[in-house]
Amino acid sequence: MSDPIIKIENMNKWFGDFQVLKDINLSVEKNKKIVVCGPSGSGKSTLIRCVNRLEEHQKGSIIVDGTELNENTKNIEQVRAEVGMVFQQFNLFPHLSILDNCTLAPIWVKKMPKKEAEDLAMKQLEQVQISDQAQKFPGQLSGGQQQRCAIARALCMQPKIMLFDEPTSALDPEMIKEVLDAMVNLAKQGMTMIVVTHEMGFAKEVADEVIFMDEGMIIEKANTKDFFANPKSERTKLFLSQIL
Amino acid sequence: MNKLNFLKPDKNNLNIYLYTGSILIIISILDVFLSSFFKINATNFLPETLSLFLPLLFGLIGLHLVRIEFSGIKYLDLLNKNINTNNFNGLLTLLIIFMIILAAPPALSWFIFDANISGDTKDACTGTGACWTYIKVWFRRFMYGMYPNELQWRINVSFIILVALAFVGYFAGEKLKKFLTLYYVIIYPIIAYILIYYLISGGAFGLEWVETGAWGGLSLTFIVSFFCLIFCFPIGMLLALGRRSSLPTIKYFSVGFIEFWRGVPLITVLFMSSVMFPMFLPEDFFMDKLVRVIIAISLFEAAYVAEVIRGGLQALPRGQYDAAKSLGMGYWKMHIFVILPQALKLVIPGIANTFLALVKDTPLIFVVGLMEIAGMLGLAKTNPKWLGFAMEGYVFAAIIFWIICYAMSKYSYNLEIKYKTER
Repeated sequence: MSDPIIKIENMNKWFGDFQVLKDINLSVEKNKKIVVCGPSGSGKSTLIRCVNRLEEHQKGSIIVDGTELNENTKNIEQVRAEVGMVFQQFNLFPHLSILDNCTLAPIWVKKMPKKEAEDLAMKQLEQVQISDQAQKFPGQLSGGQQQRCAIARALCMQPKIMLFDEPTSALDPEMIKEVLDAMVNLAKQGMTMIVVTHEMGFAKEVADEVIFMDEGMIIEKANTKDFFANPKSERTKLFLSQIL
Repeated sequence: MNKLNFLKPDKNNLNIYLYTGSILIIISILDVFLSSFFKINATNFLPETLSLFLPLLFGLIGLHLVRIEFSGIKYLDLLNKNINTNNFNGLLTLLIIFMIILAAPPALSWFIFDANISGDTKDACTGTGACWTYIKVWFRRFMYGMYPNELQWRINVSFIILVALAFVGYFAGEKLKKFLTLYYVIIYPIIAYILIYYLISGGAFGLEWVETGAWGGLSLTFIVSFFCLIFCFPIGMLLALGRRSSLPTIKYFSVGFIEFWRGVPLITVLFMSSVMFPMFLPEDFFMDKLVRVIIAISLFEAAYVAEVIRGGLQALPRGQYDAAKSLGMGYWKMHIFVILPQALKLVIPGIANTFLALVKDTPLIFVVGLMEIAGMLGLAKTNPKWLGFAMEGYVFAAIIFWIICYAMSKYSYNLEIKYKTER
């Protein structure tokens, strides 16, 4: 068993008086794919936003690739550069072309030469099959295309870990498949992934482990087969019966 | 032939309605035109009160008759759709047309036909209209203030150079494009300062020194506006960011600064800068009046710019911050490449508003004794040899301010279109 790349210990988080995350313990090994599911408001998005410190945790520790997340902004920026994230609302930069969206961070954060960054970006855009849209602006693309561009943008930083925060929830049913295909493709290449999603088909296909969360706690954590075949807790059974 | 129903014009008898209607409209407008321009009252056989309403009535009936839906005639349809949708709009249209016709003769006679421009003294103004001689005689003062006549070429030359340098951006090649921001934000203002310091102010290279108290007129308006615009924008931007900062010191400093400057009237700020400020300085420390005024106005306007920009920052969705952070960008990279370009684009109308207000606030510098164009006007109108021509002066200044402000507003509108992006 190798060292975990993400190690979360006794992590707690409050929004004001409301406790969103309670005693979260989670370790993720390199190249593993984790799917996080659960009802809305269960804290799953907050959990993965804590991993690159878009949200601060108040208690416990989070160690990403050997770096502890704390007040030190240098550490945080370094971790963020290694952890890619894809959002529900795509969050592309509307004032930049697709290509510029992808090259912005490599050029200015990683100090990559422009030419090299552009080549890398074109390669990543090709992977998600939108290299022909490179000169367009986000507003001119469909939702599915925008989300694939967002994946490519995150990959251009050559991250070690990818976080997906409900990447298909804001999409038309038709477009969900193209985004999921891009994610499956990425999973096959051995990326470490944590995916918050309601797409159970995707979970069955690629996940090594599935985590079920409710009310800020991890209720159940099991490998994919066991999770769907014989869930242990009643709450999980109820959730699965509703969603499947 | 179809039955005519004049209450409900329709397409079947299009031509009859169209011709009757057009003739009525033409008669009504012609009647007003004749009485306004040639004092011919075609309806003087009727009581006087009626003669005013008759053309209105004729025009209304005419407009009613031509109000035919889907007539198939392009211009008629356009007319009906836009200004002749119902009787009330038709009435307003007619009234506006009549007003323009009625106002034209007196305005034209004041501006042109009864105006004088010849001669060099007040006696040349014999007509009942405007006395443009006054503007002509005082023109140099309105443009250059008390700046010595024989040295005014220095102002002209430096302004021409500055305008020419401002257009560099249009001719820059691909390779130089990325330096343009640097050029406009830092290099250009420095060049402008050097030019103004050495060429307009003089005192070196064998050029005679002209103290800033003698500067004035439109050129001073330009100098003050130019530097204030350049300084207040970056200061305002930093204040806007500061006010949203999570560091309490920076945040409360920005809040305090903004609220202080927004809370005091500009005129007191200017007064303080010139009267009070020197009292707090050591005896031998000297700061030029013009410099003090420019600093004061810049700080004052920066507070307004800050709040406008803050509005733009707040309009951006949080996702943009998240995305930039998740890519590993720090505070400054995030703001420079992601947040500010979008926020500034959103607030172009607001910024233009503030800048227009700034230009129009420059006349207030008269309280410290600096005479830009409106100040020179005040001086000229109290000159014993030229009493009684305030009207001409103010009309002249109004036209000049209007041209400047209209150009700025047009430019900001072009910027808006240029940087428009779809969300």
